[in-house]
Amino acid sequence: MTNVIYAILVLGIMGGFFGLVLAIASKIFYVPQDERLEPLCNCLPGANCGGCGFTGCTAYAQAIIDGKADLTKCAAGGPAAAAAMASIMGVEAGEMVREVAFIRCSGTSAKMKANYDGIHDCLAATKAAGNGPLACSFGCLGFGNCVSACQFGALTIVDGIAKVDRELCTGCMACASACPRSIIDKIPYASTVMVECASKDKGPVTMKACQSGCIGCMLCVKACQHEAISVTNFLATVDYAKCTGCGDCVAKCPKHVILDIAPKKVEA
Amino acid sequence: MLTNLFTISLGAILVENFIFSQFLGICPFMGVSKKMDTALGMGFAVTFVMALASAVTWLIYTYVLVPLSLTYMQIIAFILVIASLVQFIEMFLQKTIPSLYQALGIYLPLITTNCAVLGVAQLNIQNGYNFLESLVYGVTGGIGFLIAIVLFASVRERIEGCDCPKAFEGFPIALLSAGLLSLAFMGFQGLKIF
Repeated sequence: MTNVIYAILVLGIMGGFFGLVLAIASKIFYVPQDERLEPLCNCLPGANCGGCGFTGCTAYAQAIIDGKADLTKCAAGGPAAAAAMASIMGVEAGEMVREVAFIRCSGTSAKMKANYDGIHDCLAATKAAGNGPLACSFGCLGFGNCVSACQFGALTIVDGIAKVDRELCTGCMACASACPRSIIDKIPYASTVMVECASKDKGPVTMKACQSGCIGCMLCVKACQHEAISVTNFLATVDYAKCTGCGDCVAKCPKHVILDIAPKKVEA
Repeated sequence: MLTNLFTISLGAILVENFIFSQFLGICPFMGVSKKMDTALGMGFAVTFVMALASAVTWLIYTYVLVPLSLTYMQIIAFILVIASLVQFIEMFLQKTIPSLYQALGIYLPLITTNCAVLGVAQLNIQNGYNFLESLVYGVTGGIGFLIAIVLFASVRERIEGCDCPKAFEGFPIALLSAGLLSLAFMGFQGLKIF
């Protein structure tokens, strides 16, 4: 019987002693934490995608409290998260334009200059001799580095080219940093016209490598009534601040590399 | 005396490496070995906890449990000590080295359940070590863990870039390579002549 009492006493005293030490330690080593941190974190998606430029959602929330970041940095949470955080911080959220990733390549028929049988990885393929197996040195390799970088399942490989699902894309641009060819751009969600090519090669070179490559012929520039499209380095680029989505350039493009996703107007 | 401590150290680091020949602490060994820097942080944290735990548990065993003939309570008492120690270290790190605290993340409180820590406390008693020997065994056991996890992290970082069969991708190939590393450590068994 005394054994049992000893056991209870000893463990009880030990437990109590350690508890006391920990309680004192928690007072000594107390790290003051802003009480707004936790509710702010709850507003954020918690995917820690890093699209805001901070190491994770908690780091971003801390930066907001420290006044180092504004509320519109979180692309994944979108305007809803910004509004929720604004109510916690007691300020107005800035206006937020939803942006999505866009892959500047449509070369499903791009020519191959070599057979690549190595590691199934875009970076490894570009490191292979001759800058990868594709004849075009700007084209999507289709090994899906961007697909595995995407935390939201917005990317898929269709016919050897990565495609973005605009509804699922949050615009965190994790894919863009995973792409060794740097052909993923951020464009406004509302945009309907886009150039599906990233080739900065001269016209004849591009034409030889791919049937659907921008050759820099300037026809789209002449067609545009809003000065919204320009050609630099033999590559057309749309300025979304000016583009009205009229689709004039789309009709003029001889290589059909300008994509128009606007719903077709039905003639009355 | 010194040769004795040297034998204990050599045994803990190489011959009876906690991971490769005693198979203790496999959970963090597999879990935190994907990246070299986190593996290093984890290794140091475990070393620190193992050293402190073996000192404190030895004192409690010798001066509390033995006089009261409560040695059968040692596992519960040791777990109590280890859990409190880890809690204490967590608070200490959060205050003094916040960067390391953040790098270790969830794995810091998980040291509590690292059986290498409980193992070192138990082995100290089983082998009848005195206080100094226990302390040395704790530190060197931790260093053994550190070496093992860092070696394994470098192996895994290499495997990342390799083209391995679909069926073996990820965890299976990691387990296989852990087995091979452990086989390599079997070579140290011959050192037992001391």
